Order: sequence, then C-alpha cells, then structure tokens
Amino acid sequence: MRQSGAVSLPEPSRRDTRLDPYVDVYAERTHSLTVSAVRALFAVANRPEVVSLAGGMPNIADLPREALGRAVDRLISERGTQAMQYGSGQGEPFMREKIVEVMAEEQIHAHADDIVVSCGSQQALDLVTRVFCDPGDVVLAEGPSYVGALGTFRAYQCQVVHVAMDDEGIDPVALRAALISQRAAGKRVKFLYTIPNFQNPTGVTQTVERRREIIAVAKEHDLLIIEDNPYGLLTLDASPLPALRSMDADNVIYLGSFSKIFAPGYRVGWALAPHAVREKLVLTQEAATLCPPVFSQFAIATYLDEFDWRQQITIYRDMYRERRDAMLQGLTEHMLPGTTWTHPDGGFFVWVTLPEGLDSQAMLPRAVTARVAYTPGTAFYADGLGSRNMRLSFCFPTPERIYEGTRRLGEVLEQELELHRTFGLGDEPTRHLDLTTGPAPDIS
Amino acid sequence: MNETPTHGPIVVLAGGLSHERDVSLRSGRRVAQALRDQGREVVESDLGADLIDLLRGLPNPVAFPVLHGGVGEDGGLQQVLTLLDVPYVGSEPGACRRSFNKAIGGPLAERAGLERPRMAALPHDMFRELGAAAIMGALGERIGFPLIVKPARGGSALGCTKVNGPAELPQAMVSAYAYGDLAVIEEFVEGTEVAVTVVELDGEQVPLPAVEIRPNSGIYDYTARYTAGETRFIVPATLSEESAGACAALAVSAHRVFGLRDLSRADIIVRPDGTPVFIETNVAPGMTETSLLPQAVEAAGFDFGLLCAQLVDNAWTRHVATV
Repeated sequence: MRQSGAVSLPEPSRRDTRLDPYVDVYAERTHSLTVSAVRALFAVANRPEVVSLAGGMPNIADLPREALGRAVDRLISERGTQAMQYGSGQGEPFMREKIVEVMAEEQIHAHADDIVVSCGSQQALDLVTRVFCDPGDVVLAEGPSYVGALGTFRAYQCQVVHVAMDDEGIDPVALRAALISQRAAGKRVKFLYTIPNFQNPTGVTQTVERRREIIAVAKEHDLLIIEDNPYGLLTLDASPLPALRSMDADNVIYLGSFSKIFAPGYRVGWALAPHAVREKLVLTQEAATLCPPVFSQFAIATYLDEFDWRQQITIYRDMYRERRDAMLQGLTEHMLPGTTWTHPDGGFFVWVTLPEGLDSQAMLPRAVTARVAYTPGTAFYADGLGSRNMRLSFCFPTPERIYEGTRRLGEVLEQELELHRTFGLGDEPTRHLDLTTGPAPDIS
Repeated sequence: MNETPTHGPIVVLAGGLSHERDVSLRSGRRVAQALRDQGREVVESDLGADLIDLLRGLPNPVAFPVLHGGVGEDGGLQQVLTLLDVPYVGSEPGACRRSFNKAIGGPLAERAGLERPRMAALPHDMFRELGAAAIMGALGERIGFPLIVKPARGGSALGCTKVNGPAELPQAMVSAYAYGDLAVIEEFVEGTEVAVTVVELDGEQVPLPAVEIRPNSGIYDYTARYTAGETRFIVPATLSEESAGACAALAVSAHRVFGLRDLSRADIIVRPDGTPVFIETNVAPGMTETSLLPQAVEAAGFDFGLLCAQLVDNAWTRHVATV
C-alpha cells in the first residue's frame, strides 16, 4: 500500500462534494426521495427474530407450487415463443377475457376491450395519475390512505386532501365539503381515490349504503372515482359487496390485481376504464413499458384455466381468517386500556389507536428492540396526521407469531406509556383517527 | 506488506439486529466488494445462529466486522471472536465497550485531558424514581441550553435531538430512551463539524485528512448522513493548519486513550476560536457510499480496497504472532 518507513501522506487537494454530481439536475419531484430512519428500521423487521406486523406481504405458502411448476414448464415448451415475446400494450386479449371473469365475482359486468393490463395495480394507478394529474392538482383520498398511492400522487406533485372516514368508510358529507371548498379555492380536483373493501390501512369496508352515497356525491359534482380493490375477494366473514364500478360504469375507474388472490410476483394488475380514458391509458402504457409482462399474463391465464382458482381463494380466506382472529385475540389480551382497534371483515390490516400521548413513530425503535415491528400511522397521511395510530398486518406470520407479536407490542406500549408519564407528556394534544368503539374482539 | 497472506477466507460480518442494520449491510457490501477487487476470497455473513458454525468450518478465517451499533460495536462480537480464536479487524472487546458507550467514553476522554463538552448520563429509572422535573431542571442549569440528548449506545444520530430550551427536553429524553435505557445529555458545541479517521499502518497510528460536514438542513441527522446530495463534505476541512493539526492529534489521542486498534473515526467540533472538542470515537465507522471514512481514505491518496486488505493482513499477522 505504501513504502516502508515513517508514514507521510501526500498533501491532498481540497475536495468539495455532495457525493452526487446530479444533485442540481434532478427533477423537482424527486426532492422528497430521501433515506429515512423509519425505513431503515424496517431492515431489522426482515430478520426472523422479529415478528413483523409491518409489511403487507401476501402469504402464498399454500399455492400448489409443484403443479404450477409443471404448468409453467409446459407453457415454456409449448407456447414459449409467444409467451416470451413482446405483446400488446393493452394486455393480451385472453388475459383480459379472464379478468372479465374474475371481476364478475364482484358483480362487475365489463368488456375485455375496456381493460388495460398493467404491471401490478400499482402501475395502473401510476398510469391513471399520469393521465389525469398536473402538478398542483388535488386528489381526494380517505384519511388515512394507502402509502403506495400517496407515493404515486407525490411523484406527480399532486396535493392529497384527505377526506374523513368512519367505520363505514368515507363520510359523504365530508367528501362533498372537501370538494366544494377545494374548488372554491380555485383548485382542480381530479378524482377521488378510494379502497372500498378492507381498506389499507384501516381494514374498514364501505357499507353498500355508503357506496351509493359516495357515488351520488361524485355524480352530483362531476368527480371521477378511482376504485382500488386488491382485497375485495378476500372477505373473511361474509360475501363480497358490490364494487363501486358495478354501481356506476361511467364514472369509476376500477383497479384490480392478481397479487392478493394469486401471487404478487407475477406483477399483473389492471385498470377497467371508460372507453375514452382507456385509449389514453393504453398509449401511456406503451410509452412507459411497451407492454405489460407477457410471460406473467400467459402464466396467470394458465393458472386460471387449469386450476381451481376460486377454491384457492377459499383456502386463502381460511388462512387469513385464522391469522386475523389470532391478532384480534392477541390485541384483546395484551393491549393497554385506552387502546382501540378495528375489526376487519377481510383483507390484511388492523388499524390501532394508541392511548393518549403516545407516538407510534417515536416508539418504533423500542418495538424493534423488543423484536416486533409495525407501520406507524403517519405513513398513511400526506399531512402529518396519524401519530397515535399504527397499522398491523396479519397476513404473513403464523397465528402463533402474530399472537406473540401482540404480546411484545403490549409490553412496548406499557414501557412507552410509563416513560411518557414520567416526563409528563401524556396530556399533549395528538392528531389521530380512532375508528372503533372499543377493544372487545369480534371473535366468535 | 511483502509477506504472502496465508489466511483463509475473509468473513465480512454485516447486518445484525441493531437499529443500524441497514447501514451495516451497505457498509458490508462495500467492504466485501473492495476486498474482492483486491483478489481476496470473501464470505459475507449476517450475525445469526449459524455464524459460529460458519467460522469453524472455514480454514483460517479472518473476520472483518462491519456491524454498527449493538453487539457489533459494544465488544460482544469481538469477545466471541476472541473466544473462538478467530482473528479480526478492529478493536478488542474492552476498548469497544469503552468507546461505544458514550456514558463511559465521555468521562474517560475528559479524564485523559481531551477537550469535551459538559455532559451527564442518566438511566430513565432515575427520572421516574426521583422526579423528572427536578432532574431536568438540574440538567438545564448544569449543562445549559442548547444541549444535545442522545442514546448512550447507538450511532447514525438515531434518537439524537438538539434541545433549545426546557420545554423541548421531555420529548427529547423520550426519543433517546426509545433506543435504550441510558441517555447522554451534552452541551451543544457550536462550530465546524469534522471527522478524523485514524488507521494503523505498520504499527503507526495515522490520522487521515479531516472531513468537514455541512448538512443542507443544518443538522447531520440520519437522512443527511445516508442520502447522497443532502450533505456537503469538504476534504481536507477548511481549518487553519494549526487547527487541522490539533484535530489530527486529538483523534490519535482518542484512539490511544480508548486503546483502539486498526481503525477508528473521531467526531470533533471545532469551536470558532479553532479549539477542537472531542465528541466521540467510533470503532466501526460507516463504510457506505456516503460515509466519512472512505472519503478520508481517498483524500489521503489511499485505495480503499488496499487499506481493507492491509487491515486484514494486520489482523492475521497479529494472530500468527500470538500462536
């Protein structure tokens, strides 16, 4: 490395750097893309010692993997030259026909021509936002809302205005008020983004009556609705409710996904849109990716053709129900008085409201030390709300681990509350959303 | 440097379960790649139940811990490596403990005559048992505002808060205790923030050029540390020759006072009058793309990969000498 003898360093010339030569070149919309300590803490959550109630990863262990492997083998040997080729920007026709069948389960009657296949429904949302939104435009969304959607809206420099919700979904009165006040302020409100079933992050499902009211408000005020429905068929206690799109074909863009009812790794989702919008989405899709993943479409269509996918959804429901029940049971036994949580009828998530004064984001390092992780409520708001909330996912760990995770969480809460009392922080005003009437479990 | 390395694979240890796992993984990948670029055989490993079997199954391994926080820096891992008789890069267990724990390291440095900010270290139990208001009042009087509250055991500025007045102190204490049950409350030192790396080359402790840190936001927090573009680094720091020399001497003194080995990085604040104040020294400095040590190495005209390889050879030579 150097010559022997006394160490003498060369006189260095001064270097003045921000370690990124493009720092003044990036688009303005990237300015918020920074590393965060909270995100870094999630690196620990991936370790097996930690019970992660943070991520929303579907549990696909029960898929018939060997049979799927054989089917994919056949697909490659018999139709590989098509399946591994470029495809249609709108998505393969046979895939879109199959999507029509899947949507019929939720009473949506659609034509395959009105479907645009995407790289997961996340990309469908990206395409829709790209087509509709200019910087500064307003998007209405439930408060709280899906963190991935907030990221998309932020990327297009939209302003997210949250609409209050309760345990039946978006409050139509608040929706109307938000629309009127935003438009009165000269804002261009482009659409309402909503997750009607087992909403991420709250687990709340819009009642049928509420759906009708939301559609009525949207119609009255010429407001487009983006219905994001990845969890709709994962109902745990009752039959699926009719989609918003099934109630209003003209004013709703519906986003669907195979990620939760089959497997997320294929990255296949879709948008079902009114004709004129669909044309724009196809052209935008072609500009973005040329075409959605063709091999994945072949593989999923094969799965839908050759396997009992409805039965697989039933298997998923049973598996998630057991996990949901373990979480509700664990919460009932381990949470402190003053803590409340939602009782979802499906999907992946429970929304917890902590006792007065606690801050879920500030508490996260303590939780990680105790080997349990969750997602702080602030992640689901564009405006800083949610400090007293957390999202717990029951989809991935085993029921035993979920129960253990709630036990650890209970201890963390106890320590944190004791600390807050010591420092007299319990009376601080907090900003949160409490969606429940009490902590009692709804387990039969 | 002329002897042919006779050690077996280099086990780069990164990850672990500390709050700095993500940083550690990034550091570990960088070190592993740098060593591979030098033609060295490298095995990357997380800290887990299979580590001991891994080390025992390799012929003449040398460990290169790049674990930040927790057992990677508090001497725990180094103690296990010593028990297993596996040579490793870096300081011995006792030195790691002294350095990593700010509640121990601060007073130790002060007793050794290093310029230090006023400080106190308190477990959270004290506040509960004796009354938080009275203790916080005493802290305000003794340390003065602004002050810094930080976890006693931790890094990457996680859990650190600058407190401008008494009203902000309770929340800052709670934030620090989220990372551990012992917190350090320290006088805020106004001045130029610099980091001085010390590397041991052929038995000499060599201070590398000081890296000056100017975060865009004014605070060198986690985001400023690990997002390229969020902080301006100037190497060598814009210090007078005298002040730069004092920083280098301070970093070497700290390295000696704590009994450190192979490499360390001293964090220093230079007061407007040019006096350097020792904040802390790190036994497992960050090695990521935005970290301070690699910048200092480059400014010194060294090759990062060569330096890593030489540190491995140092560890192996020490080991051979003791067998």
